[in-house]
Amino acid sequence: MDLCDEQVVKINQLHKVFHVGFWGRRVTAVDGLSFEVQRGEVFGFLGPNGAGKTTTIKMLMGLIYPTGGTATLFGRPVGDQVAKAKVGFLPESPYFYDYLTGREFLRFYGHLFGLLGSALDKRIDELLELVGMTHARDLQLRKFSKGMLQRVGIAQALINDPELVILDEPMSGLDPIGRKEVRDLILRLKESGKTVMFSSHILHDAELLCDRVAMIMKGKLVACGHVSELIAGDTTNEVEMVIDRLLPEALERIKPLTGKVVFQGERVMVMLSSQQAVDQALDVIRSAKAKLVALTPHKASLEDLFIRKATGAQQPVEARL
Amino acid sequence: MKVVSIAFNTFRENLRDKLLYNLLIFALLMIGSSLILMRLTLGEFHRLILDIGLGSINFFGTLIAIFVGIGLVSKEIEKKTIYTIVSKPVARYQFLLGKYLGLSLTLLINTAIMAAGLLAVLYFQDVPVYAVLFKALGMIVLEFMVITAVALLFSTFSSATLSAIFTLAIYVIGHLTPDLKAFSQKMEGVGRSVLEGMYYILPNLDRFNLKGNVTHQLDVPAGDLLMIAAYGLIYTAFLLMLASVIFQQRDFR
Repeated sequence: MDLCDEQVVKINQLHKVFHVGFWGRRVTAVDGLSFEVQRGEVFGFLGPNGAGKTTTIKMLMGLIYPTGGTATLFGRPVGDQVAKAKVGFLPESPYFYDYLTGREFLRFYGHLFGLLGSALDKRIDELLELVGMTHARDLQLRKFSKGMLQRVGIAQALINDPELVILDEPMSGLDPIGRKEVRDLILRLKESGKTVMFSSHILHDAELLCDRVAMIMKGKLVACGHVSELIAGDTTNEVEMVIDRLLPEALERIKPLTGKVVFQGERVMVMLSSQQAVDQALDVIRSAKAKLVALTPHKASLEDLFIRKATGAQQPVEARL
Repeated sequence: MKVVSIAFNTFRENLRDKLLYNLLIFALLMIGSSLILMRLTLGEFHRLILDIGLGSINFFGTLIAIFVGIGLVSKEIEKKTIYTIVSKPVARYQFLLGKYLGLSLTLLINTAIMAAGLLAVLYFQDVPVYAVLFKALGMIVLEFMVITAVALLFSTFSSATLSAIFTLAIYVIGHLTPDLKAFSQKMEGVGRSVLEGMYYILPNLDRFNLKGNVTHQLDVPAGDLLMIAAYGLIYTAFLLMLASVIFQQRDFR
């Protein structure tokens, strides 16, 4: 297959400038953003609140027009009806027609894709079951809880059996069970061959789910690539060691090996950044007859990368693909 | 198909809106009240019933057209429900047209209910009903369609409150356009051009008012009726096109 076919979403030098307030002050929401989403992957679109994630997604969905740059879905310019027919979209904290019942709601969105009759009814039943909402099909949306709305929102995004599913903050405002359910659903979508792009500021979820991520700060891309590569290239692996009954002179011998010592009552916690330092510290503990309580490898996470990037957001780094 | 779905969804939204029922009940009460007022009046009973009846239908229908009409689009934007529609394979003009037709359907059915109320009163009072009454009712519906299009146009670029104010202003001025013309004749220079321009641009809503004909049992020639209908429909189409052009440019932030 041609490589171009593999790129479901392609964003090139996308810009968006808003004019706010009475005097039309210029605010750059998205600043020269470029990245691609490949077919069949789960792509995380990460960044702090106000980084421009929702604005970018809105540009992809034709809700906002870019000031500059281009964006394509399935090789077609955004807003193209053919491309839209292959996309499912869940907006951020969605609001729906609360006077509709679950079933009426899905039927309405089905009609917008030209779906009709018994085929649509069957699809609606399948989707309500998929998101665990069969019991609420005849209940008006105004009586739904936030978690229920999110689920029925995901169901409407899937009504057309889309090839690409774009979810804006799908986990926000959900309890841990709800979040896990959304994660499972995303993985199930991936298994059935769909491409999923979702935005989030909850990095843990992204780390668990994503094949690749793009991280943006202040509308600029600061990192993009496979999660494992981004983390591996970011920090060295540190080890956290907790020691009990450590005598002061033994501590003095350990101090040069570590950058950080924290006292927790009788216990001492030290951070060690190399295998050699760990070995030496263990020797000291054995000889001083202290007790090793815990030895935890401090795995680098997306969060470390995120925080480091956030501090240096003024200087975006080269995208690493 | 998509337009029809959006229209029916809008219709369903209207049906589940309490405002509609409140206005409808008030309208029916007003029409019914002519029976009481009749006892306080000397002669001319028939005229009074028709006058109050048609006046109520027009007034409450206009209220529905304005207050539901302004929310058609602005509410969708405020509540962000529009995000899920525009991101589907639906063109923006299809969305607008669907919303418009949905409210027009609501207004048509409302007018039919209010007209049924009026006809019931007329029947029980043995008032003869002439064809001109139905023509007048048709023109009232046409006026609602123009007002709804005005409300829709404003709601594509301003908030619900501003849209309500603008539309009410247009409604009032629309019924005073003959005065606008008379006034312009007495002015000179720029003032005259401005007023004349307003006369031609603003909808001449008084053209749709056939209440006088009904109360005086004066029939309206088919040619005149056709002209008024054509005026209403062309004006509405123009407003909807303008609304579509503005709506097409909008960013939904």
